[in-house]
Amino acid sequence: MLPGHRSIKTALRTALWFMFLTLPFMVVRVNTLKGEVEWRWQNMLWVGLAVFLLAIVWDIALSNRHKRSDRKPSASQTLSRLSQRVFHDKTVYLPIIAGVFCLALLFPWLFNTYQVNIMVLALMFVVLGLGLNITVGLAGLLDLGYIAFFAVGAYTYALLNTKFGVGFWFSLPIGGIVGATFGILLGFPILRLRGDYLAIVTLGFGSIAKIVFENWEEVFNGAKGIAGIGRPGLFNIEMSLEATTTYIYYLMVALVMFAAFMTNRLKESRIGRAWLALREDEIACVTMGIDMARTKLSAYAFGAFWAGLVGVIFAARNTYINPNSFTFMESALVLSVVVLGGMGSIVGVMIAAMVLILLPEYLRAVAEYRMLVFGAVMVLMMIFRPQGLVSNVHRYYRKHSETDAAQKG
Amino acid sequence: METLLQVNDLTMNFGGLRAIDHVSLEVRSGEIVALIGPNGAGKTTFFNCITGLYRPSAGEIRVFPPGQKEIRIDGFKPNRVTAIGMARTFQNIRLFSAMTVIENVMIGRHCRTSTNILGAILRGPRTRRQELETIDKSYALLEKVGLTRYANELARNLPYGAQRRLEIARALATDPFLLLLDEPAAGMNPRETKELDDLIVQIRDRDGLAILLIEHDMKLVMNISDRIVVMEYGKRIAEGTPDAIRNDPKVIEAYLGDETDA
Ligand SMILES: Nc1ncnc2c1ncn2[C@@H]1O[C@H](COP(=O)(O)OP(=O)(O)O)[C@@H](O)[C@H]1O
Ligand SMILES: [Mg+2]
Repeated sequence: MLPGHRSIKTALRTALWFMFLTLPFMVVRVNTLKGEVEWRWQNMLWVGLAVFLLAIVWDIALSNRHKRSDRKPSASQTLSRLSQRVFHDKTVYLPIIAGVFCLALLFPWLFNTYQVNIMVLALMFVVLGLGLNITVGLAGLLDLGYIAFFAVGAYTYALLNTKFGVGFWFSLPIGGIVGATFGILLGFPILRLRGDYLAIVTLGFGSIAKIVFENWEEVFNGAKGIAGIGRPGLFNIEMSLEATTTYIYYLMVALVMFAAFMTNRLKESRIGRAWLALREDEIACVTMGIDMARTKLSAYAFGAFWAGLVGVIFAARNTYINPNSFTFMESALVLSVVVLGGMGSIVGVMIAAMVLILLPEYLRAVAEYRMLVFGAVMVLMMIFRPQGLVSNVHRYYRKHSETDAAQKG
Repeated sequence: METLLQVNDLTMNFGGLRAIDHVSLEVRSGEIVALIGPNGAGKTTFFNCITGLYRPSAGEIRVFPPGQKEIRIDGFKPNRVTAIGMARTFQNIRLFSAMTVIENVMIGRHCRTSTNILGAILRGPRTRRQELETIDKSYALLEKVGLTRYANELARNLPYGAQRRLEIARALATDPFLLLLDEPAAGMNPRETKELDDLIVQIRDRDGLAILLIEHDMKLVMNISDRIVVMEYGKRIAEGTPDAIRNDPKVIEAYLGDETDA
């Protein structure tokens, strides 16, 4: 269909606005060699043209979406229906799970160490995504400083290991518990906050954590970071670098399954329902007899637990950590995983983490503009598919059901 | 009849505005009490005070849960009030709209169950038993309000009248002894209102709950209430049986006037 009179006017205005905004860096260039200023007016033309066309496409897409919503099923609805079918039908999802599981087991034998290493990173973000999915996706509590808990876990192991010689396996649960403790500590002061305030305070908490690691030289060794952290061991057997990578890979696979299993169990329990209710309507939630403080704190704590746990593995894998691994970019990345995957959806988060971590690794072109692409994807998602790639699947409750007869999400 | 709820001289100020001005009210077991009054009279604010959403500026609220000692609940958090045994619905429906109908009711069971995080993860026999019980009780409540066939639909997809009944089922799931309904018939057609009428009476007669009801539909109010309390500008202006209220000149002037003329 053709764009209307109004949408052309809006697009024109948007284009002019962008031409003006991008003027300083698209048009003006100071040539330091010749000592003169170049005016590249043709760039302004391109920006204007591109923005104008994009704005029109945008407008058409939006109006189509509005029309479609009450007529024939859209692509988005087909996706929802497909995911509903996949998750409700045992004969469909069991083979898929089995296939993915086999592939996961064989992966280190099919690919080289470099690729296994990247996969380990992706799996770490899967677990981080599952953790943040509890806080943000299920309980609806925004957390823009989530990576701080990851950092807390990493530094816990780094210090325990380098200063006191504590082993990896012993530190793993400790990292999780320390993470959870910090989750509660952060949770207390922000129990009453909502919306923008919550965003600002959690963002601040993330930055504060980094600043503390950076500046408290005596304990955290400042910006230099901590080196020589022990790799995970297996009954004191000496392992080559490759063997260790494979070992950590399997460890991560196990952790992903463990995290997915636990999250799913919680989701389909009294606690998980309370989280969802809190996300939906805080006032109705407390009026139905749910203790808001407890429910919020448990969501923060359980989310942070996973970050702490993965932090320990991260420190053990890299054997070196410094505060620069824990910036807002990482928090934003994990949040993108949750939003892209679908708030509350376990499978969606797994897929999104894979996509967002692996894609930039294999597509160099994407890597350059990583944050730009993320931003664009997020905005598009919010407008066209706010429920995420895989919408949250609700358990089907039967009357007098055998508890496990139903499906998972 | 024993007293279940006793409110004495409740006052609520919002800055300079006195939304409730020394209102007293009592609900006894087995009663249906209606709270009526023009818009802005302070009825919803009254509910918000006794359910703990607002902290009253002055006055006292006492409850007498059957078989227990009296408790002063002013200043209690809403979840504690619900745990004690008072449940409510909202004038502007507040369902968990992205959750299923049955899940909405199951939320009501939260304060009557006890599984913690560890229990939920391990899912031992006690947790399973509790979960089954929750599901069965929730289904029974859906049956009562006639929503069984929608059990696994999202709450937001329900028709309006059904959403109001789901709110009642959700409130009942908390095992209250006193049910507070804030304009349950608002937006319902006459047939739905009649069904609601039957439902409320049934909840009183079969389940033995007392009901405090805010309602504008005078036919419904006159039909089912044992007692009516009338509020205007935050003050209680009358109290009595439906017949007494119908003929009270103060009430007619303040509120019923145009309706009795019509
Ligand atoms: N949270 C609040 N803050 C300020 N004023 C309020 C608040 N809640 C209610 N009010 C005021 O209290 C008065 C009574 O309102 P309400 O209890 O909703 O009346 P009703 O339910 O009888 O129609 C109104 O004037 C309303 O504006
Ligand atoms: Mg009202």
